[in-house]
Amino acid sequence: MKQLVRMFAVVMIVSLGLMYFISYLNSSAGYSGDNTLTIYNWGDYVDPELLTRFEEETGIKVIYQTFDSNEAMMTKIEQGGTTFDVSIPSEYAISKMKEEDLLIKLDHSKIPNLKNIDPRFMNLSFDPDNAYSIPYFWGTVGIVYNPELVGDLTFASWNELWDQSLRNQILLLDGAREVMGMGLNSLGYSLNDTEEAHLQEAKAKLQLLTPNVKAIVGDEIKLLLANEEAAVGLVWSGDASEIMGENEKLDYVVPEEGSNLWFDNMVIPKTAKNIEGAHQFINFMLDPEVAAQNTEYVGYSSPNQAAMALLPEEISGDERFYPDEELTSRLEVYDNLGKRMLAHYNELFLEFKMHRK
Amino acid sequence: MLNKSRSFYLIPYLAWIVLFVIAPILLVAYYSLFNVEGSFTFDNYVKFFTPVYMRMTLSSFWYAFLITAISLLVAYPTAYLLTRTKHKQLWLLLIILPSWINLLLKAYAFIGLFGTYGLTNSVLEAIGIGKQQILFTDFSFIFVSVYIFIPFMILPIFNALEEMNPSLVYAARDLGASAWMTFRRVIFPLTISGVKAGCMAVFIPALSLFMITRLIAGNRVITLGTAIEQHFLVTQDWGMGSTIAVFLILAMAAMMLVTGNRKRGAADARKK
Repeated sequence: MKQLVRMFAVVMIVSLGLMYFISYLNSSAGYSGDNTLTIYNWGDYVDPELLTRFEEETGIKVIYQTFDSNEAMMTKIEQGGTTFDVSIPSEYAISKMKEEDLLIKLDHSKIPNLKNIDPRFMNLSFDPDNAYSIPYFWGTVGIVYNPELVGDLTFASWNELWDQSLRNQILLLDGAREVMGMGLNSLGYSLNDTEEAHLQEAKAKLQLLTPNVKAIVGDEIKLLLANEEAAVGLVWSGDASEIMGENEKLDYVVPEEGSNLWFDNMVIPKTAKNIEGAHQFINFMLDPEVAAQNTEYVGYSSPNQAAMALLPEEISGDERFYPDEELTSRLEVYDNLGKRMLAHYNELFLEFKMHRK
Repeated sequence: MLNKSRSFYLIPYLAWIVLFVIAPILLVAYYSLFNVEGSFTFDNYVKFFTPVYMRMTLSSFWYAFLITAISLLVAYPTAYLLTRTKHKQLWLLLIILPSWINLLLKAYAFIGLFGTYGLTNSVLEAIGIGKQQILFTDFSFIFVSVYIFIPFMILPIFNALEEMNPSLVYAARDLGASAWMTFRRVIFPLTISGVKAGCMAVFIPALSLFMITRLIAGNRVITLGTAIEQHFLVTQDWGMGSTIAVFLILAMAAMMLVTGNRKRGAADARKK
């Protein structure tokens, strides 16, 4: 027992000593609270070279941490503890974080590069006037398909998914908003529709799709589609570009009735210590050259107009990932429907899942 | 003095039970009385008795029953054979070994094995049966679940068989009982406690399976566990999630009561 206590004490003393030593090292190297910037981002969602370049240009040391879901990120920021200076949540998370007062208002005068952002992607419903967030990447929800396996279907319309030839060939994302949105869009309704009759109609229509649905899965969808486990999949465009990188036979399309437009935006959470540095970082990421390099690395769609001009034609001219204005005008961002409506969407989605062939 | 120190040593266990068993159950019951917006209501309980949740409950019980029954059918003979083998401990170790691997990893392995271009389908094709859809079917769901739960069924049965006095079997045979009769009248009643323990260890977790319903069954099988996960993580409707959990807890309590009673019955039968 005594030995155990002694061991425990030794471990504590050593760790405290190490902690002190690190803080001493940091301060002697000039890395104190004002001189570091903690970035909290999705995994592999920024070109690491750019972080080094930012450090060199500004003398600020970057600490990079990653999360794998908006929910996990929000929980950590709510708890405080770590001083995250910049984070990159998705739009629905931003509106939640705004409601819960977890974000700091941005000072647009410190972000002159904001002018580079395409006005199409500014001032959207989840953050009017971009008071709290700046677009980082964006994308759509659409269909990945294998042209060799679907005959002459091109998925110009969502309704082609209901085609009899696709029996047991469709993989769906396990997301209530995405799947219900698809049902609503295929009927010509808005994917933010809250009218009960329309929702019931969409559910009934989705249930007719059941014989074609092979499975409703999560992140595995990327692996399954790349392995040609099914001919068609409902996915986010970001995942689509990854899947197509794995398997070149596949193609991506956003049906004409419209679909979802999603955003990952840069925000400054309440936990921030280095607010000045956070603004500097956001401004740096909006620089055309930087944004172009980052886009080539990450492979998602950039909202940066000036960067688009610098990107090779094969990226910027790819209509699948940079749809023209006509199509984007028919895309909608998910509104924050409120907890009650979201619960209802999930309830309907659950009923759809339980519908047997 | 002795009593005092005894109750003193009880404190950590009591604290454990209060903190990690009683408090969570009370919290679950408490949360089940609130709706999404956080106001007090009994609506969740009303909602549980709507067709959607009733069907989900029924199908959960049905799948859990199938998984338990098949596990038992496979596990009993296995355990019996195990007690007859020379290197019991080695075989037992080999059976337990897979349960050391993370559940998620095993599920992913099965995606590879059962996929359209997976090993199973190549074998089926080679022997002339042709490609079948295996992944995302009821079959794959039950197969993988049984695979995962089988060690928990084998172990208690194995222990019960080990504890059984072999001379009872010899006596039965000696007195003219056939092999089947010996099993039915002697071996099985004497190992019923192991069977019950195994069924409990399988049925209850099977009732609330969730990861496999998505990975292996592609959400074609919806269990109460899946619904709880959804309500807590996606909908943030903790009230409804808790309500389902309350019913799961009740179901488990009922299971324990039922099996507990039978045990007394078996003991009585032996006395007679």
